[in-house]
Amino acid sequence: MRKVAVIAIGYTKVKEHWGLSIRDLFTEAAIMALNEVTIDRVDALYVGNMSSGYCQHQEHLGALMADYIGLKSPPAVKIEAAGASGGMALREGIQAVASGLHDFVVVGGVEKMSDVLTPDITYAMAMAADQEYEAFIGVTFTALNAMIKRAYQHKFGVSDELIATLPVHCHDMASKNPYAQYPFKITIEQVLSSPFVAEPLRLLECSSPADGAAILILCPLEKAKKFTDTPIEIAGIGAATDTIALYQRDDFTTFKATIEAANMAYKMAHIKPEEVDVAEIHDSFSITGVISLEDLGFFKKGTAAKAISEGEIAPGGKIAVNTFGGLKARGHPVGATGVYQVVEVVKQLRGEAGKNQVDDAETGLTQNIGGVGGTVTVYIFRRID
Amino acid sequence: MTKEAGIIGYGAYIPIYRVKACEIGKIWGNYNGHVPIMEKAVAGIDEDLVTISVEAAKYAIRRAKINPKEIGAVYIGTESKPYAVKPSGTIVAEAIGATPLVVTADFEFACKAGTEAFQACIDHVLSGRIKYAMAIGADTAQGRPGDQLEYTAASGGAAFIFTKKSNKTLAYCEGAVSFVTDTPDFWRRAYEHYPMHAERFTGEPAYFYHIINSVRTLMENMGLKPSDFKYAVFHQPNAKFPVKVAKKLGFTMDQIKPGLLSPYIGNCYAGSSLVGFAATLDVANPGDRILLASYGSGAGSDAFSFVVQDIILEKRNPIPSVRDMIGVRKYIDYSTYVKFRGKIRA
Repeated sequence: MRKVAVIAIGYTKVKEHWGLSIRDLFTEAAIMALNEVTIDRVDALYVGNMSSGYCQHQEHLGALMADYIGLKSPPAVKIEAAGASGGMALREGIQAVASGLHDFVVVGGVEKMSDVLTPDITYAMAMAADQEYEAFIGVTFTALNAMIKRAYQHKFGVSDELIATLPVHCHDMASKNPYAQYPFKITIEQVLSSPFVAEPLRLLECSSPADGAAILILCPLEKAKKFTDTPIEIAGIGAATDTIALYQRDDFTTFKATIEAANMAYKMAHIKPEEVDVAEIHDSFSITGVISLEDLGFFKKGTAAKAISEGEIAPGGKIAVNTFGGLKARGHPVGATGVYQVVEVVKQLRGEAGKNQVDDAETGLTQNIGGVGGTVTVYIFRRID
Repeated sequence: MTKEAGIIGYGAYIPIYRVKACEIGKIWGNYNGHVPIMEKAVAGIDEDLVTISVEAAKYAIRRAKINPKEIGAVYIGTESKPYAVKPSGTIVAEAIGATPLVVTADFEFACKAGTEAFQACIDHVLSGRIKYAMAIGADTAQGRPGDQLEYTAASGGAAFIFTKKSNKTLAYCEGAVSFVTDTPDFWRRAYEHYPMHAERFTGEPAYFYHIINSVRTLMENMGLKPSDFKYAVFHQPNAKFPVKVAKKLGFTMDQIKPGLLSPYIGNCYAGSSLVGFAATLDVANPGDRILLASYGSGAGSDAFSFVVQDIILEKRNPIPSVRDMIGVRKYIDYSTYVKFRGKIRA
């Protein structure tokens, strides 16, 4: 199996792009990436997206995007795995290059959520849950995560104040990120006084609908130096699934798929969690991020929120996490999120993270969740000097 | 011949009833107090667009001190017509004694229908065909129970009588701009009782885009800057938007404060910016320049620059000011509110 590298990145600002269509977003990000390197062909295109069928009545995104970014008839396909669509699209791209089938692959993620109103996007997101046994009763995606938070607080006795430190941290990071959806700071008091969306989850603990697209260009690591001075090796690959329905889980306070995917990635990269310098984790809700920090092995169960409050995930702490704002504040254009996370780790490892730069970042990790942990991808990236 | 139209009289009317936003929030499970205004004005059970318009028009005529028979046009901007087919303007014109030699029409452009009437009246009087033309913006706005709009959709209106600028006019219009695009941020289809809206799409690409462009174009055309205006009045769908748009355009809180009424009366739609304008005229002094910028969903914004004239000081009393009307209020609970507004249907 060949080693694979990221040689170019592209992305749009995350916001409600009232004036851009889903193809416009993807094209803008793709042009940025294709302008970073000079390659004479693209062998394949993988598009991560969750809800274009529902929100735009548009499927067949592979052919659509290949056409609109000007590629010459490559095989192209949409990859859907709810919130992990971007992460799973990357997996397809890596497999294509690693196997030797293709040399130059474009992996993108895109979501355009502002084309529909809140009730519709709520319904679209609930499609990530089990329709036949769970979503049909009317439970929303936020409500499922609210149950997770309640179970977590019951089991570990962690306060709302401590859990609120994650969105506060993410907004702090996003305040220095020009492409973030919410580039401003918030306080714990603001989090705790914001209205409930689904008790005990409050508004400022939840990511919100967003539009955006992010792009990666992959090629074999052995060829990467021909195209860029700063290739980033994809050193560890992990992906796993769990029961799609929450009610079937033995334990609501952990995402088994994260643990399995992380173990695969750590093993492949030959590293331990404490060797990761920067991590982009899936904080679609405050509690999701807190649990992920523990499942990834950065903190013991029940201790992540306290660690956040003590500055352990800020640059200079134990591990720098969500240095561009995470899903909460950079924004969560669902199918693009897993790709944005990689873009951000690549920027850190290249030393191009601007005000968010972590000193001497060499190893990065991304964790992307679909549903309530039904699908999880974990990747480990390494700077090549 | 003067090339400017002036306002010879104006009047506003705010119904006496108020429902607090937190009372509405309590019914719909919003216990956090995150409401867009403090309270809103509610038309009583025997009030509608026509009665509100007539009250405002009568104050305007008293202030103008003119014979209503000389009013040659009565235009009402509204989206609360009591009849789907039958003009409201005829009822108002009859009630104020302007019939039968009068042109009337009901204008529809969501919340900027009132300033659409301004544009027509200004051109009518400048053409010389009509001596006095009355423009009214008023609504008994409806919000679907439980919808975000229910907190703000309010009742009220204001009437303005235009004529050619003279020493009898209390303010004159020195410039106007209309900025319109097809932007569907808010709508109500035929046979539907309540409007639909596109949530945050009503903000940046709708309200802010259109007002900012109309006001900037007006200022560019006239060589004016925000500091040249003593006051500014913007359409007020809630308490936040007018403050934010003022800031984006470079206006201060002091400039918008006299006309910022939405926290206390809500959004009376086509009457919103006009009632704010009336409240600003209530406190303005001769020589003051006032910016008026409406916004109508669908979408567009009309921006005007008015200059206050000397006679305004003589035209204040004994007509109650807008702030006087706001101060006279009776609080009602949610059940009375839904009864008054016809939300209970057998």
